Amino acid sequence: MALDTPKRDFKIVGTRVPRPDGIDKVTGKAAYGADITATGMLHGRILRSPHAHARIISIDTSAAEAAEGVKAIVTSADFATPDDAGIRDIRDNCLALDKVLYDGHAIAAVAATSKSAAKAAIRLIRVEYEILPHVTDVDAAMKPDAPIVQSGRAFESVPAGMSQNVHSHVEFGHGDLDAGFANADKIIERTFKTAATHQGYIEPQACMANLGADGRGELWCCTQGQYMVRENCAAILGIEASQLRVTSSEIGGGFGGKTTTFIEPVALALSRKSGKPVKIVMTREEVFRATGPTVSTSMDVKIGMKNDGRITAARAELRYQGGAFPNHTVEFGAQAAFAAYDLAAVQTLGWGVMTNRPKEVAYRAPGAPTAIYAVESVVDELCQQLNLDPLDVRLLNAARKGTLSAYGPTFNEIGLVATLEAAKNHPHYTAPLGENQGRGLSCGFWFNFGGNTCVSLNLNSDGTVGVVEGNPDIGGSRASISMMAAEELGIPYDKVRTVIADTTSLGFNDVTDGSRVTFAVGLATIEAARAAKNEMCARVAKLWGIDTDAVQWEDGSVKPAGPNAGEHAPMSIADIAAIADETGGPIAGHHEVNADGAGVSFGVHLVDTEVDPETGATTVLRYTVFQDAGKAVHPDYVEGQMQGGAVQGIGWALNEEYIYGDDGLLQNASLLDYRVPVASDLPNIETVILEIPNPGHPYGVRGVGETPIVPPLAAISNAVSRAAGIRLTELPMSPPRILHAITQRRDG
Amino acid sequence: MRYVKPDSFENAAQLLFDSTGITRILAGGTDVLVQMKAEMVEPDLLIDLKHLSGMREITHENGGFRIGAAVSGAELGEHAGVNALWPGVVEGMELIGSTQVQGRATMVGNLCNGSPAADSVPAMVTAGAIARIHGPDGARDIPVYEVPTGPGKTSLARGEFITSIYLPARPENASDAYLRFIPRTEMDIAVSSAAVSLELDSKGICTEAKVAIGAVAPTVRLVDDASAALIGTSLDDDAITKLVAAVEAACSPIDDKRGTIAFRTKTAGVLAKRAAKIAYARAGGTS
Repeated sequence: MALDTPKRDFKIVGTRVPRPDGIDKVTGKAAYGADITATGMLHGRILRSPHAHARIISIDTSAAEAAEGVKAIVTSADFATPDDAGIRDIRDNCLALDKVLYDGHAIAAVAATSKSAAKAAIRLIRVEYEILPHVTDVDAAMKPDAPIVQSGRAFESVPAGMSQNVHSHVEFGHGDLDAGFANADKIIERTFKTAATHQGYIEPQACMANLGADGRGELWCCTQGQYMVRENCAAILGIEASQLRVTSSEIGGGFGGKTTTFIEPVALALSRKSGKPVKIVMTREEVFRATGPTVSTSMDVKIGMKNDGRITAARAELRYQGGAFPNHTVEFGAQAAFAAYDLAAVQTLGWGVMTNRPKEVAYRAPGAPTAIYAVESVVDELCQQLNLDPLDVRLLNAARKGTLSAYGPTFNEIGLVATLEAAKNHPHYTAPLGENQGRGLSCGFWFNFGGNTCVSLNLNSDGTVGVVEGNPDIGGSRASISMMAAEELGIPYDKVRTVIADTTSLGFNDVTDGSRVTFAVGLATIEAARAAKNEMCARVAKLWGIDTDAVQWEDGSVKPAGPNAGEHAPMSIADIAAIADETGGPIAGHHEVNADGAGVSFGVHLVDTEVDPETGATTVLRYTVFQDAGKAVHPDYVEGQMQGGAVQGIGWALNEEYIYGDDGLLQNASLLDYRVPVASDLPNIETVILEIPNPGHPYGVRGVGETPIVPPLAAISNAVSRAAGIRLTELPMSPPRILHAITQRRDG
Repeated sequence: MRYVKPDSFENAAQLLFDSTGITRILAGGTDVLVQMKAEMVEPDLLIDLKHLSGMREITHENGGFRIGAAVSGAELGEHAGVNALWPGVVEGMELIGSTQVQGRATMVGNLCNGSPAADSVPAMVTAGAIARIHGPDGARDIPVYEVPTGPGKTSLARGEFITSIYLPARPENASDAYLRFIPRTEMDIAVSSAAVSLELDSKGICTEAKVAIGAVAPTVRLVDDASAALIGTSLDDDAITKLVAAVEAACSPIDDKRGTIAFRTKTAGVLAKRAAKIAYARAGGTS
């Protein structure tokens, strides 16, 4: 769907209206995953593996079944066999099949009349294990003699002779690399490692399932996609989609981590077996051990540059482990790595690897932050060694309209150059720095997504409007969608209410991911509003006894199109709605689409840090985010996305990591030792929104949710490396790691 | 689990003495309740003491202060007298947890939890604080330094509990300071820590010094060589170098997820140096 007009004066879009969910959230009225109860409800609890890797010899549930208050116990034997291999993996992650594949892997679950009875029963389940050797590091897992996590999972793209843990291989690029490197004045090649990080959503996964003897089910859960939950659960339980209605709760953060199912099929199986509603609420420890963090990586990047800063050739090899099941994250990383550059010769190779860790799940722009961290670190080091301005070098090499991207497509209108120029012209870039301080910057990129979307827009008899959409509101979408509906209809924002439908109330909607909702649901909402407007025009034309094309829509009213249409007083939406029953019945508009044209997104982050040379502690002094939003529908939310991404990136860069011991067990399954930043760790994150309209959206909107987490890793690493006087190549840059690097530099 | 609010110290001691299962004492509850919620401990008996006489009071006594075992960090932090006399003790206590936790957390709870990384303990040790203990045989006083005996362990006998901490009087030209290293700026556990208490003469020469380090050994350690390095000096570079060397020599930390041996040792020295300089300035010294 094309951009209406390059320049447009919006009345509502672009303003900072009150958020519709605000009062409910601050007063505690909002109902999250754990906030619902039902008569006769049981409490579910899950038994988890204490081992990193073991064969399950036997599971004896007899003592637990006999315990007081226990109404049902389920294992993988209570699940069906889905046709789809991906959903079979999800099933085997929800309850282990014949092997436990990581510390925390679910094995069995109990439903009991109280939480304490469920807890006591879990301890009575006897599991006999044959402990197997394990591997949790990506490089170790790729070695030919590494312990095998799963056999026979490699795609055809993987060459013979590699460890069976290597499940996928991808390659992108173009041009003559050898000639490019031969033409370089300076070549730097470095190896990087990054730790797995967690999305850190505040709300642990929670659900309540009610699957009756008639096979009809109701599920309430905290998710980024109720339709995805329905598809997964129906397949895993062996029931038809129509028999399961899924309602998404209010959501306390997701960031990609709630784009799959962990507990919902288990709760449904327990409910089916017990005949009672079953509620499961994960603990924080379970969230860390057994939901999906992001990948950990090992990466090589080699870049050649002329003395003037022109990049002659670039190559990256990425090795990503995503836990005990295959995943495609390395493909995104390999495509995104060099997206910000216009390159004559470029190649990226990616290897997807399995280890004895939890199954990886998306985390904002999955795969891109780490790859771009490695690339932008080498670009920064080249700038240092060639004494070049890092922004000038990026401008010199920047991708723009017409660039053949490193991953294949040729770019349309993109905002990278404008974003880089905004950073260069910002006072932050030239502000003075003190002792032990350094400034870093990085470009960031994300593809963005459109996808399957349905919207219904209903005109109420008092002239107000209800919008029904099918994506959980994770970043302010109810506000943005109401704003776009109001803008299109020419009515005030507070006359529109947007609600999130359950799975029976609308057709299929893709998950809230890929920064897609404001773009795709917004687009469908605008189309639904236009359909309603067309209908209103037809009704008025009928009323006036003239042709439909003799009326026109203007400023929220239907008017005669010209003098030949006759003298008629304009009719407002309220006027038309009030007499809808006389003109043909209720008025609604709807739109169904598999939206494309999401438009890629670029951002630039600028950060100043100070490193304490005696302790290795890093202080983030100043941080500015520049990003192209296409059109910022609700600037507060756009700024919030930009700030939130920067903050999560600061945590990822400095302290967050999954720490596995030699025993293969997770050592820091709590928010004490998994260190997300606290408010006092952060400066105010300044934001600069650029608006280069997306040609694929009627209002020019681009998704903004994921790009902000891409640049922080490199921006902070570049700032810290300059402040500490030594190049750091491993994340997180925890104080012991920085102090060690400083000590090594001093000792020569 | 049984929850009991005894009506006297005597009854509390008897209850504790008679209890055969797992027992926990509730003052602020910021360790016990979190441990219960995390299923780390399931006490058979929970004894609540915070309502008993003097438990929530700060009283002036012989030029020092007696601080009840249930006085919260927030209450301590707002007490002008204690702040003026032992600012290092107050700043150690105030580093624990969040604003919400400060409303409940207590020094005695922090001490009896037995963590080598307890933030309130090093400065209590350098202050020469005295713990008043009640038990089946009545009351006794021991130095705070002698309370922890290892991670999670104390020297308290069966049936004993601490009812107050006494912070003694101190002369003019004296002060203290506490610093810890954490990877974040708050809401964390010390990777290493140091407290320094100094007394100066009228010329700014250090006449008395105590240096304690935390999170670098099974218990908080008093470093006599570090004290010796400071006494008789005005904290010149040579004295500071000797202080750092003495502190580093006294460290015997572990390698774990929170920090390496090398990192803990190095930062303990850095923190002792910085804390000494703060205490020196607070005591009126100029260097």
